[in-house]
Amino acid sequence: MIKVIFFAALREQLNCGGIELDAENISNIAHVKQALVKTHPQWQSILENAALLSAVNHDMGNAQTPVNSGDEVAFFPPVTGG
Amino acid sequence: MKSLFSPPLLVVNGMKNSVNTSNNHRISIQEQDFSLNDEVALLEADNYEDGAVVTFSGRVRNKNLGLNVKGLYLEHYPGMTEKSLEKIIEDAKQRWQLGRISVIHRIGQLYLGEQIVFVGVTSKHRQDAFAAAEFIMDFLKIKAPFWKKELTEEGENWLEARIIDENKAKQWK
Repeated sequence: MIKVIFFAALREQLNCGGIELDAENISNIAHVKQALVKTHPQWQSILENAALLSAVNHDMGNAQTPVNSGDEVAFFPPVTGG
Repeated sequence: MKSLFSPPLLVVNGMKNSVNTSNNHRISIQEQDFSLNDEVALLEADNYEDGAVVTFSGRVRNKNLGLNVKGLYLEHYPGMTEKSLEKIIEDAKQRWQLGRISVIHRIGQLYLGEQIVFVGVTSKHRQDAFAAAEFIMDFLKIKAPFWKKELTEEGENWLEARIIDENKAKQWK
């Protein structure tokens, strides 16, 4: 399984804090997004927002970043701390 | 230099509080307020090598983008936040000769005038401490996974990242 979590405005837009995905057919972040859209078509435009950031196991990633079973994948808006 | 900050490694579950003390730096993500005096005292205690202590603290201010701010709600990504701040601190240590570094960031509900963030750096001379404190804040602003929801008289809204912060950090490259 792959644990997917959402933060801040994105979590509110999706009305979802997180979800578990079957790792089959998933080898990078782009695949994770595709799997999410497949089960939640209404998320498509939100997840396609180019400004969205992603991380795998607490490190920033991009569409090509590898994802394996057991990984934690996060999606979130650009950060605004400090 | 003593290997720091007398409080031992401390993680308080359920309080959203984590303190990591190692290699002369300290990171704390916490709900509770902090005392500038206490933080400076920790940076200085048994530290006679460093002549410079630079601190920055950020507070909730009353206006943003024309809105009247009443407070902020701060969310973060536990685990990634600490990892990201560790990386920023390590990068700073590569660039300058630094003594001790403390980074504190509060989370949860904060009101007008409350402290949000603290960065403290010591070094032998002032140039390194000034530069490192600014560097750490600049990268915290664009890399560390914190998000602010603003509570204003006009309503609640998540803050948008600002290009000015991105450009500021790029100046260090």
